[in-house]
Amino acid sequence: MANPSINTNYHRLKSSSPWWQNTNLQAFALFIILLVTILGIWEMGATTEIFSPVMPSASRTINDFLGWISDPFYDNGPNDKGIGINILGSLQRVLVGFFLGSAIAIPLGVAVGLSPVVSKAVDPFIQLLRPVSPLAWLPLGLGILKSSEGTALFVIAITSIWPTLSNTKFGVSNVSADYLNVAKTLGASRWRTIWKIILPSAAPHIVAGLRISIGISWLVIVAAEMIVGGTGIGSFIWFEWNNLNVTSIITAIIVIGAVGVLLDRILALLQSWVSFGQRNNA
Amino acid sequence: MMTSSAINESAEIFSKSTTQLSLKDVYKVYAGRHGWPDKLLRRTSPDYIALAEINLDIVANQFVSIIGPSGCGKSTLLNIIAGLDQPTQGAVLLNGQPVKAPGPDRGVVFQHYSLMPWMTVEENIRFAIETVFPTMTRAEQIDQVRQYIELVGLQSASKRHPHELSGGMKQRVGIARALAIEPQMLLMDEPFGALDALTRGFLQDEVARIWEQQRKTVILITHSIDEALLLSDKIIMMSRGPAAKIVEVLDIPFPRPRRRENLAQFSSYAELRAELELHLSRETRAVEESRI
Ligand SMILES: Nc1ncnc2c1ncn2[C@@H]1O[C@H](COP(=O)(O)OP(=O)(O)O)[C@@H](O)[C@H]1O
Ligand SMILES: [Mg+2]
Repeated sequence: MANPSINTNYHRLKSSSPWWQNTNLQAFALFIILLVTILGIWEMGATTEIFSPVMPSASRTINDFLGWISDPFYDNGPNDKGIGINILGSLQRVLVGFFLGSAIAIPLGVAVGLSPVVSKAVDPFIQLLRPVSPLAWLPLGLGILKSSEGTALFVIAITSIWPTLSNTKFGVSNVSADYLNVAKTLGASRWRTIWKIILPSAAPHIVAGLRISIGISWLVIVAAEMIVGGTGIGSFIWFEWNNLNVTSIITAIIVIGAVGVLLDRILALLQSWVSFGQRNNA
Repeated sequence: MMTSSAINESAEIFSKSTTQLSLKDVYKVYAGRHGWPDKLLRRTSPDYIALAEINLDIVANQFVSIIGPSGCGKSTLLNIIAGLDQPTQGAVLLNGQPVKAPGPDRGVVFQHYSLMPWMTVEENIRFAIETVFPTMTRAEQIDQVRQYIELVGLQSASKRHPHELSGGMKQRVGIARALAIEPQMLLMDEPFGALDALTRGFLQDEVARIWEQQRKTVILITHSIDEALLLSDKIIMMSRGPAAKIVEVLDIPFPRPRRRENLAQFSSYAELRAELELHLSRETRAVEESRI
């Protein structure tokens, strides 16, 4: 009562802003507008036959998409399986290949990060091989392993090596000198220092490398499966293209994207878990 | 002949029993750049003599502060004592044995705490104890962790991670970790330098209290005259670099336990304080003037 202006200010602080000023709602509205615009242009382009006749309309695509999604795991023989079976096949290859690649990349990265000699010795190989598209290894894989399954794993393993390797090396060789000095003054053994100080401190970098690796592996598996054939989402796309089922391909694109997001989210969770407390350094 | 050697020997035993740490004519030179690639690029630099002719004897269970202008080589000196750095010339003897490497006989408190962010308070201290006392049983280790957490009064924060602690609490963990390995000597490099004045005062009192409980040898590097006067038995004054030397060693005779508000009543307080002030301001002025 004594000071009415304070009361009004307080009231203004408390009152929530009108709903149309909520940035989340604004973003959602914009998202819907973009989606409707894309679908609208697509639908018009298809019905007015501006696109080639191969391109289906948006409505037919949505319809087929729902069809694929509603029964993802049916199995009517080698060339007629649900999209879920295909995506799980690819996912399994990526995971196995990724684990193989990481099992090589992390220990090698630690060795390279710890020892300047190993680093200098291994660096020429890494420098030379890292810029090569993993698909270039595919014929080599077929030559060595003679099976399409093994070749896919081989290509994914190679793909997974480089980002994890270079990130692990960076993390291990950039552990804060303060932490290492603590270990030294306590007289910690080399082994104990590696396990208790260097690896936990490098863990956020290592997992960041793993996250990039699995992302690239997920990109590469589609192309690899298109070439080696068999099952998997890449072969599915190739098969459907040969039958000119473009709606199936669009369905596959959306499902691949969704699984890619999921993989990335899982690794992001792991990343925030291992970086606990390390972002604003203690 | 016999007698003189016998006298020498007894003198040596005597000096060993009192002197715990001894620096003999220690020099530290940081090599400059004078390789031919540097010469081609015209970026050669001369050698930098950080420390020269450092002779120092530290008696067991004394609290010794080192004070000097910034950049004079105090950290370099402490790192040499810790074994994290090697002198270019001269000897560092701990109980008569040359110091070659860091070791758990010297506990180090770091200026920026250096706690492992992925470990809780308890785990940070346990890491130190497990490293230094691998033969202790699990129960003994846990008990020792608890004891040192209590010593610094952090019971309620023992399960927290460093990023959830204030600077003062972090440094209390740092002190607990350094003491938990039961070192002969505690080395502290500006341990309160990153703290605000009030927290710093509180931690100084904590260190004074802990030191009354466990009279270890302490070497404390500080900028603060008040801190040095409150805590030390001896204050070592260093001159500015390059070639920083020990200028003088002051004995601080105030009785313990000391309280900061009572120090001024001792007769030598004003004189000691004035001498330290004069030394620091003279050296600091010279450093600043040489920069122009
Ligand atoms: N690794 C190094 N290489 C070259 N010069 C150094 C190095 N470390 C310290 N110095 C120099 O040695 C001097 C003393 O440094 P330092 O011991 O950190 O001083 P203080 O702790 O007294 O502030 C400084 O002039 C610093 O520039
Ligand atoms: Mg310093």
